[in-house]
Amino acid sequence: MKVGVLALQGDFREHCAMITHLGAEAVEVRLPKHLDGVDALILPGGESTTIGKLMVEYQLVEPLRALIASGSPVWGTCAGLILLSQRTDNAMAGQPLLATMDITTLRNAFGSQRESFGADITIPILGEEAYHAVFIRAPLVSQVGPNVTVLARLNGSESEIIAVQENNIIGTVFHPEVTYDTRFHRYFLQMAEKRVNI
Amino acid sequence: MDKQVGSEAIKRAFPEMLKGGVIMDVVTPEQAKIAEEAGACAVMALERVPADIRREGGVSRMSDPELIMQIKSAVTIPVMAKCRIGHFVEAEVLQSLGIDCIDESEVLTPADESFHVNKRDFTIPFVCGARDLGEALRRIGEGAAMIRSKGEAGTGNIVEAVRHLRTIQDGMRKVIALPEEELMTEAKNLGAPYDLLLEIRKQKRLPVVMFCAGGIATPADAALVMRLGSDGVFVGSGIFKSSDPIRVGKAVVRATTHFQDPGIIAEVSRGLGKAMAGIDLRTLRPEEMMASRGW
Repeated sequence: MKVGVLALQGDFREHCAMITHLGAEAVEVRLPKHLDGVDALILPGGESTTIGKLMVEYQLVEPLRALIASGSPVWGTCAGLILLSQRTDNAMAGQPLLATMDITTLRNAFGSQRESFGADITIPILGEEAYHAVFIRAPLVSQVGPNVTVLARLNGSESEIIAVQENNIIGTVFHPEVTYDTRFHRYFLQMAEKRVNI
Repeated sequence: MDKQVGSEAIKRAFPEMLKGGVIMDVVTPEQAKIAEEAGACAVMALERVPADIRREGGVSRMSDPELIMQIKSAVTIPVMAKCRIGHFVEAEVLQSLGIDCIDESEVLTPADESFHVNKRDFTIPFVCGARDLGEALRRIGEGAAMIRSKGEAGTGNIVEAVRHLRTIQDGMRKVIALPEEELMTEAKNLGAPYDLLLEIRKQKRLPVVMFCAGGIATPADAALVMRLGSDGVFVGSGIFKSSDPIRVGKAVVRATTHFQDPGIIAEVSRGLGKAMAGIDLRTLRPEEMMASRGW
């Protein structure tokens, strides 16, 4: 199992460490050639404007879209989720997006770093045990298309959407990679293993 | 559901998202937009870049809140600003403005020659400068969520940045390798909290993100400090004192991402125009060195 982690900017090191810890191989992706033989892909947290620009400059947009279209599991955390979204409603004009997931994201939805927070939430696919989620200048998912499943909300059934899945694509507005809880990464690796074994 | 705001974990997680990126000094909203366009992962809002502070002299203070707010509304990326060493009221003012991170910086004229700000009192993270491991750990002990090696700001000369980065790394290698019974004496010699030494031994790295600052003027400079183990770079005068800021900005961002790829560094360095002139540090008097401010 080889998991590519987009390593243009952000906390890719934490994702790689988590993947390696769980027994899979992690590959840092900075150029299209680094995608060779990759079974699944993670887009890390970081600054979505910075990552988006570097993705365009180094011709990564089309190869990444092709990988996602082929059905390979892909997971975006925070900035990574913004890059996956088809629409983002308060970004700088012309921000490059991969635009592969039928959702609208709202950048810095809670405010600046002063409003960043940690919270114990429930994510049904990971079991009943509380999950400590870390939100850093986090976005929110403000709209979802008909094929998108909501995996988690912040606080009860009517509140803000913080984790979503659309077929092979998952997205979280929080950062499982900066905690010691491996459940979300295990969920993602299981998705990838199922596909490789077909 | 309880929202935990301003915990140590939340403050330390913010710089994790900046890693592999370039934080650029800007003095106007227009420069902030150019920095964002060039791919900066954050901007530092200032009234004067270090090269001008050095040239013009006088007392250097926190920037006008009006300017900071104008810069904040010009960009979507994080905004940082500097307070003077020990000036906790400037720090409180900056926090009330809702910026993302405070730099308690030796580039400004110190307000207190004995005590730094107690950064644990604050909700937002601080970054502080350090020349060696002891200094870095004293700042982390006070609550800093991020360290930057000091270098010598406003000189365009990388030599001090390299010295400080190597000194910090060397200190960490020693802490990791020492037999346990020698650790307390090492903490005493470093003037650093013992618990943080234990944390370094466990994690095999500094407990917070460390960027490099003070003298980075070219894409190759940025790649050099990344190769030496920096998590990212601060560029002060190097971008807006060059002849073509947007091109130099983009080139430094690309070289920071592709720091292991000399072909790409060569490509982005071609025909960049004149870099900032820079200063040979042997021509500076000891009192002109900013890095020796703070302890």
